[in-house]
Amino acid sequence: MSEVNRPVRVVLDQQDGPAFEPQRRGAVLRSLLEGGYSVTVTGEQRSVSPLDDAELVVLRELDAGSDHDAEATQGGLPVHFRGVAGLDEAAVLEVVEAQGAGRQAADWKPWFPVIDYDRCTNCMQCLSFCLFGVYDVDDEKQIDVANPDKCKTNCPACSRVCPEVAILFPKYKNGPINGDIVQAEDVDREKMKTDISSLLGGDIYSLLRQRHERASSRFSKERDESRALKERKRCLAKLQQNLDIPAEVLDELPSAEAILEKAAAASKSR
Amino acid sequence: MTATQSEQRRIVYCHCAYARVVKPEVKQVVLDGLANSGVAFDAVPDLCELAARQDPALERLAAGDGPVDVVACYPRAVKWLFHAAGASLPEDGVTIHNMRTDPAEETLAEVLGAASEPQEVSA
Repeated sequence: MSEVNRPVRVVLDQQDGPAFEPQRRGAVLRSLLEGGYSVTVTGEQRSVSPLDDAELVVLRELDAGSDHDAEATQGGLPVHFRGVAGLDEAAVLEVVEAQGAGRQAADWKPWFPVIDYDRCTNCMQCLSFCLFGVYDVDDEKQIDVANPDKCKTNCPACSRVCPEVAILFPKYKNGPINGDIVQAEDVDREKMKTDISSLLGGDIYSLLRQRHERASSRFSKERDESRALKERKRCLAKLQQNLDIPAEVLDELPSAEAILEKAAAASKSR
Repeated sequence: MTATQSEQRRIVYCHCAYARVVKPEVKQVVLDGLANSGVAFDAVPDLCELAARQDPALERLAAGDGPVDVVACYPRAVKWLFHAAGASLPEDGVTIHNMRTDPAEETLAEVLGAASEPQEVSA
């Protein structure tokens, strides 16, 4: 996930100095946004969001490094005024970063589930299903995305097991998982697809437990590990296809022991 | 800044910088259009990333006075992203424009058009 040193808000100020030439304004703005900065453009006819705890870097179309550059405070927070006339967009980005406002552009694609609480019934299927600890319950026993950064990029599997189509991934390619309107047929399809009982033949943890026991018993008798591996691969391929799980996510699945521990913990918490 | 002019609409633009789900040409037309229009607005790199980090900027964006046009993606996604960050958008006065589905010129015209009326977020 990206690192932020402190909240920073860049302001392209056109009220207390010459206006940025329109094309340049767009280029500078794009560069700042792609560098990971929130930007407020001052202008006419509209309001902007109010001041908050964010430190301000105010950029003006005045000579760089001139007397116009100044430091101030507002509400106890630093305000850095900088002239950027004549600087290209990369140099403007450097000016912002030089104020100690450095932050990395995200090296993590912001991929995580977002719950539509208008649809969620708190059934906890997602909590039971996700093996990476993304979900938890809050103090009011409501399902919550407690660890979004544990989510596996491009894996929408939990949304496919949600019977109410209540889990969104805004950056997913298709609706309704991407936030598009949920149609009746979507609900039917997801229910059919994601009824874990029908997909995997019963409660997933009980099934895993049984499989583990059967496998242990069989392995101890037969010692046929290659056969077991083949079977595991076949099952995972089926799961991958049904739930649109990226292959690399399957590679990161926890061990059978870890899954069983999680199952035991989940049973206790209910 | 004109932050205290409570009667005026606000514009919040999301650049969706960390994925390719919004076509670059759509973002370019909308962003350049806003930049060239001379109106004031707020722009953020990526609402999803802000929400994942629970960035206080979302509170600021949700909390301003007056109606707001959010230029981003699907309304249901935007609504619950703000909620996920503990910065729910107000019930009234929020119009969400979807750059994933709507033509750029249409979006821009709606956002900049004086006729744009506030409406509730609908999922």
